[in-house]
Amino acid sequence: MIDVHELAKRYGDREVVKGISFSAERGQVLGFLGPNGAGKTTTMRMLTGFLPPSSGTASVAGFDIFTQSAEVRRRIGYLPENPPLYPDMTVRSYLTFVAKLKGVARGRVRAACDDVIERTGLGDVGGRLLSHLSKGYKQRAGLAQALIHDPEVLVLDEPTIGLDPRQIIEIRSLIKTLSGDRTVILSTHILPEVAQVCDKVVIINDGRIACEDTLANLTRDATLEEVFLRHISGDAAAEERAAHALAEAEARI
Amino acid sequence: MRNILTIAGRELRSIFVSPIAYVVMTGFLLLGGWFFFNLLARFNFLVTMYSSFQGGAEAIARLNVNEFVIAPLLHNLSVVLVILVPMITMRSFAEEKRAGTYELLLTSPVATWEIVVGKFLGAVGFIVVMVGLTAIYGVILWVYGNPELGIMVSGYLGLLLLAITFVTVGLFASSLTENQIIAAVTGLVMLLLLFVIAWPADNAGETLGGVLRYVSVTEHFAEMIKGVVDTKTLVYFATMITGWMFLTQRSVESIRWR
Repeated sequence: MIDVHELAKRYGDREVVKGISFSAERGQVLGFLGPNGAGKTTTMRMLTGFLPPSSGTASVAGFDIFTQSAEVRRRIGYLPENPPLYPDMTVRSYLTFVAKLKGVARGRVRAACDDVIERTGLGDVGGRLLSHLSKGYKQRAGLAQALIHDPEVLVLDEPTIGLDPRQIIEIRSLIKTLSGDRTVILSTHILPEVAQVCDKVVIINDGRIACEDTLANLTRDATLEEVFLRHISGDAAAEERAAHALAEAEARI
Repeated sequence: MRNILTIAGRELRSIFVSPIAYVVMTGFLLLGGWFFFNLLARFNFLVTMYSSFQGGAEAIARLNVNEFVIAPLLHNLSVVLVILVPMITMRSFAEEKRAGTYELLLTSPVATWEIVVGKFLGAVGFIVVMVGLTAIYGVILWVYGNPELGIMVSGYLGLLLLAITFVTVGLFASSLTENQIIAAVTGLVMLLLLFVIAWPADNAGETLGGVLRYVSVTEHFAEMIKGVVDTKTLVYFATMITGWMFLTQRSVESIRWR
């Protein structure tokens, strides 16, 4: 469903994503893990067509993200890190707007709105302004927006960040019910979330893939936390050794 | 087409629910009313003064409402538009970038030119209402005086074309930044430049002077106020509008190849 091949992104001299490859099957929930600044958001932005890759390719639902961007965008639901809400619109008018924008058929717009409002539990606030919603409801509105055109692929960038524990549980269970035959990419740095929701884990560190495996394989003889720290600190230890060597060399001069 | 109308509709709604729109519109109409009142009072004064002279009838015959009221009124309104149009357009792209909704627009199956045209139509819708409301002055003159209708209509058409051109400049300025203040100031400065660019034309030699005069929006607007609707003028406005729209589209698209 999603095939990423040697995808890279440079901003000037700074390489944020350094040629990553991974894949996800239909119906899989892929946990995209990594520390802050590892390149998760950039990768997701490339997959959703917001940013073009500097090099490499990726295909979503069989369409190339660069040459067939419009087809890809038609099939992806995307919840960015900050839910993209217009503060001056009501929940319902916002969802109607997004439905039209995403190309939901004219006669289906109303039904599609009703459907996502029900599924994301926004029924009570349908007529409220988005700026007046609590953080949890804003996140749900963001999720509703991503689901409105019933996409084959769902890309969620840290959907539970900043929520209280009860809201986190609600959003997680919502994500679980959403999967079904959809492919979901879920970026996060909250490990228990991955353990609960995901089938497959990709760990990204400093713009490179540190690990790609199924959750079951990874957690066979270690906790996810141990696995994560091993892959993240692997690089850190190497860097530390390099820094030591450099300091020693300088001392000799 | 549906995408364009969807975006234009949201844009227009968002302009009309924001207080900025009402502040701008009130300010525009307040100043317009003030100009109109004073120009009319001066016209009235001139008529009374000349009629008290002997042989003043000839002078009065030369006074006409088009030249003494409508022309200066439209000129003054055009200067006000230089300042107020950027206040309307400053939000269009800058605010989307700041709020993160830009990501929603650009990851939707919509072409960038559709976004640009949609935003353009939304802002133009508001501007048409705002400029349209000043037509009341024309109507008052038409009811109580005898202005020449053709010249008046051509002048108002000129004001509208000028305002639409200003909208495209403002949109371009807004597409460059995510800060509304920067968008407004950039737009204002570009519009002022467009307004005064012909100043050195008289000393700039024939070719350069001609170019500067052609680029200057004031020259073409002045023609239309005089009642001259030339193809050259219409071509100028059409070129300006499509040109700035093209630049805006490139600017929005640039995120895809930067």
